[in-house]
Amino acid sequence: MIYGFFEGLGAYFNFLSEVFRRPEHWREYYRSFLREVDLLGFSSIALVCFISLFMGAVVLIQTAMNLDNPFLADSYIAIAVREAIVLEFAPTIVSLILAGKVGSNIASTLGTMRVTEQMDALRVMGINPASYLVLPKIAACLLFNPILVIFGMLLGMVGGYLAGDLLNLVNIEVYLSGYFMEFFPHYVTYSLTKTFVFAFIIATVSAFFGYRVEGGAVEVGKASTKSVVAMSFTIILFNYILTDILL
Amino acid sequence: MIRARGITKSFGDEQVLKGIDVELFPGKCNLIIGLSGSGKTVFLKSILGLHTIDSGIVEYDDRIWDNLNKNDRKKLRQEMGMVFQGSALFNSLSIEENVGLPLNFFSGMSDSEKVDRIKFCLNRVRIPDEAFKKMPSELSGGMQKRVAIARAIVLNPKYLFCDEPNSGLDPETAIVIDKLIHEITHEFGMTTVINSHDMNSVLEIGDHVVLLQGGKKTWEGAKEEVLTTNEKAVVDYVFRSNLFKQMRAALKSI
Repeated sequence: MIYGFFEGLGAYFNFLSEVFRRPEHWREYYRSFLREVDLLGFSSIALVCFISLFMGAVVLIQTAMNLDNPFLADSYIAIAVREAIVLEFAPTIVSLILAGKVGSNIASTLGTMRVTEQMDALRVMGINPASYLVLPKIAACLLFNPILVIFGMLLGMVGGYLAGDLLNLVNIEVYLSGYFMEFFPHYVTYSLTKTFVFAFIIATVSAFFGYRVEGGAVEVGKASTKSVVAMSFTIILFNYILTDILL
Repeated sequence: MIRARGITKSFGDEQVLKGIDVELFPGKCNLIIGLSGSGKTVFLKSILGLHTIDSGIVEYDDRIWDNLNKNDRKKLRQEMGMVFQGSALFNSLSIEENVGLPLNFFSGMSDSEKVDRIKFCLNRVRIPDEAFKKMPSELSGGMQKRVAIARAIVLNPKYLFCDEPNSGLDPETAIVIDKLIHEITHEFGMTTVINSHDMNSVLEIGDHVVLLQGGKKTWEGAKEEVLTTNEKAVVDYVFRSNLFKQMRAALKSI
């Protein structure tokens, strides 16, 4: 098992060295990048917005219930909700959701291209399939995941505000003022740093699993599932490491 | 001319190619025939450099593949076109984008020259202009094969490889595809290598026929000889069906 792990790790870094070779034709890569932004980024906005709104609402309800104390101002509930969303929910949970949606899409797309010989077709043309197919996906994830996470932060806080107002759990004016109290910009930097790392993990780990598929449709499905499991493990592990380093 | 000498290739313990020597001639349709599992596709991918061979030499007009550096291999690849068994068109690109992709990477043509070249190649394989913007999934299997041929010839290659180009097609469309490949080969003077197990293809377009069995070359010759030779390997392969047995008997009686 340990041997298998290190063998896989070595293969992953070999794969990355193939991916990061100098692109042969920038214009083609740019076109491909725009397609990936549309496919991986824009198509995820609605999902992230929906989940963030409701998750923000849930965080508010749970925090308000647990901090139900007449000596504690509602602004402190807002601070707790804001920190939970900015520090953890937006970067980590949204990235885990994107690992499921975007990562499985990347793994299955590349896996299908592998088993239908589309990658061989690129190689026969003299095009490096790892670089041409994967580099634009990495660039799209690195550009768009932070944007999605910022959406997640804002809508999570909107969700908290709406739940507090609709359910009458907090004094909404005091609560709202709490969002702007004791704000540390470093938390946003920390959050976006994590998002960049997670975006790289999502794009490269899923691509690695998809790129190595051998067989047929069943193996493509298996690779997609394995990639989501591997990404989730890696994201959780790096979440711990980065939190330890950056906070 | 493509020359393969002593090609061997194994996957794990299983040796798939067992020392194949073949010469494939320019301006001709060179057909590699054999049963499923005889090693045709592995052989084709081996001479294309998609599989790393265990031993042997592959020569493209006196250029030995193994002696070429990365840039020379890349240049050589631009002289190759390949039609895959399942067409292998890129799903996310339209028909014209599929055909134009090699041009974008390697031609150095202006945009208008590219458009003209794409149109020429697609029209040459009888794809109507209205279909240019369609996605591969919107086309029939026969049309997809024709687009794959257009993509393979767009850089005007010296060598064209086709892996079972008419598999999965109805007999009429299969003949259309065979004839198209034959016409293009003679029109552009390409060295065309076709993998097939379809005897119709052999008789229709096979200028030079090579028979593989169990990873070995067991016979080669002209298509006319296929029906008349007494070579056991060919007789066993070709005359499995009663129809061909009757044809052979009729030919012998003439």
